[in-house]
Amino acid sequence: MKTTERIIPDRLQSPIQRYLKSWETLLLAVAVAIFIANSFASPYFLNAWNLSDATFNFTEKAMIAFAMALLIISGEIDLSVASMIALASTAMGAAVQAGFGTPVLILVGLGTGVICGAFNGILVTRMGLPSIVVTIGTMSLFRGISYIVLGDQAYRGYPSDFTFFGQGYIWWVISFEFVLFLIIAIIYGIILHKTNFGRAVFAIGNNPTGALFSGIRVQRVKFILFLLTGFMSGIAAICLTSRLGSTRPSIAFGWELEIITMVVLGGVNILGGSGSIPGVVIAAFVMGLVTFGLGLLNVPGIVMSIVIGALLIGVIAMPRIWKMTRTN
Amino acid sequence: MLKRLITSREALLMLIILVLIGLVAIRFPRFITLSNLAGVFNDTSPLILLAIGQMIVILTKCIDLSVAANLALTGMVVAMINVAAPGVPVVVIIAVAIGLGALMGAFNGLLVWKLDIPPIVVTLGTMTIYRGTVFVISNGKWVNSHEMTQAFKAFPRYELFGMPMMSWTAIIAVIIFFIVMTRTTLGRSFYAVGGNPHAATYAGINVGRSQFWAFTISGALAGLTGYLWVSRYAVAYVNVASGFELDVVAACVIGGISIAGGIGSVGGALLGAIFLGVIKNALPVINVSPFWQLAISGSAIIIAVALNARSNKNHGRIILKSAEKTQ
Repeated sequence: MKTTERIIPDRLQSPIQRYLKSWETLLLAVAVAIFIANSFASPYFLNAWNLSDATFNFTEKAMIAFAMALLIISGEIDLSVASMIALASTAMGAAVQAGFGTPVLILVGLGTGVICGAFNGILVTRMGLPSIVVTIGTMSLFRGISYIVLGDQAYRGYPSDFTFFGQGYIWWVISFEFVLFLIIAIIYGIILHKTNFGRAVFAIGNNPTGALFSGIRVQRVKFILFLLTGFMSGIAAICLTSRLGSTRPSIAFGWELEIITMVVLGGVNILGGSGSIPGVVIAAFVMGLVTFGLGLLNVPGIVMSIVIGALLIGVIAMPRIWKMTRTN
Repeated sequence: MLKRLITSREALLMLIILVLIGLVAIRFPRFITLSNLAGVFNDTSPLILLAIGQMIVILTKCIDLSVAANLALTGMVVAMINVAAPGVPVVVIIAVAIGLGALMGAFNGLLVWKLDIPPIVVTLGTMTIYRGTVFVISNGKWVNSHEMTQAFKAFPRYELFGMPMMSWTAIIAVIIFFIVMTRTTLGRSFYAVGGNPHAATYAGINVGRSQFWAFTISGALAGLTGYLWVSRYAVAYVNVASGFELDVVAACVIGGISIAGGIGSVGGALLGAIFLGVIKNALPVINVSPFWQLAISGSAIIIAVALNARSNKNHGRIILKSAEKTQ
């Protein structure tokens, strides 16, 4: 751990300069570049329906990424999100088998997510355990319960009105999921950047002891963040289950890493304390565009993951290498 | 001395493992035959090797999520070398595996050391890169048993004093790293870096370089395991050991290695791995569906970390009692 020297400048950069140098602007430039490259690379890219399909690549993950961003800013992490999707989806499948309709399914999905989130939250905030270990444990536990319930079987037979959440369109090519993604983005943007709660999240991430002495209920805020992450996993589980129309215990396998990649790519400091929702939104588009563009070029999914991995390390390494070469 | 031994975490874990084996033996006495237990140990050897490397990384306040991908890539490379050049002796293959693994670990370490990127981000990225590279070099094809030479496949199964080389490798690694961690300056520096990085810096230890070596060691062990894994199961494909990195971290956590760094031992990593190995091998014996395994190991992690937190509570000496109370 190095001691970082902070030089306090005599005057602040002008707002335009600050805006141009911000992480979000850099990311936006990357997104635009990828968009242009894609439209040259494949003639099928600039098609409204194809682009609409492409949004499904990231909407569900991004919904969780917003809650995850708040959690990471506060200095915690949740690796169990994908497993919460699996468990919530399994619970909804079981509810279908029991003959319940769509409204109950939604309640079951959201309820399972909230309960799982509360479980993580209690272990971290009440018992003071490190969240990375707790959620590695619950990651196995939640998905493990799905495996115990389902084994190698699958739940199907979701009611037809349930399909709207993952397959429905609001208007023309604008899908329900995409609209939901935008609404959630706006809500989280307001929560993080415009409310006391959001300021508390930043304060906790920068200095938990300082936050505590400032009268912020650190543990309660963290608990709420774990609840929110669980709740968002529940929403994602509803959308994903509705889109796939079936539940297997391996559903959403490995998503936690993609979601964290999205958050970090969005400029959220993995060590906590800084980050923004617009950054995460742009990162979601970047990842969606990359996977979709490469998909149109028939690049297999696993090769795409190399690109995503390199992107993750690259965008974080670049500014640091830049800074190193300038100081030398 | 004796009291410390009995109350140590390792002793407690040992006791739990023995009780576990005992409970299984009640249902199925043949589980505790020597040959079966040796088999369980042999099955657990890859986990032990990786857990030792992971333990050193965690000691220095880092985490290495790329070990399973490293294992898969090294395994695929040595398998392809074996197919392309069947004449290459196994010793060279092993050296290549260790070297290649160490190289990938060193890459992680360099990013952490020189660019100061958080280890979880680095290894999350390299995990997908290494795993993807397996696909790129193999074109998604499998290297099957009949394509490998006999010598390539024979090494981990070769028996010495009644135990296969696979088990011996794990035992030798445990001994070597027990000595390294307790008797060398390098080993002590890992503890120092994790225990208090600032104090370590003042003591003349380069924190970043220690972390670099931790990643390199972890990578070298992952590379070695890559060869052992591929040759023992006589198949190499893209998804070899997929998700195994979490088992490795789980073994460390169960073995009492603190994720905050500075606390842990080779013995802990060994016992944590054996604990998971016993569960994995016991479930089919007592007729529990293997689908239970994931939930059980998840619960074990949570219980272990809760117990560890409890036993760590009294460690630090409180200087300002009044300040502590207000927290």
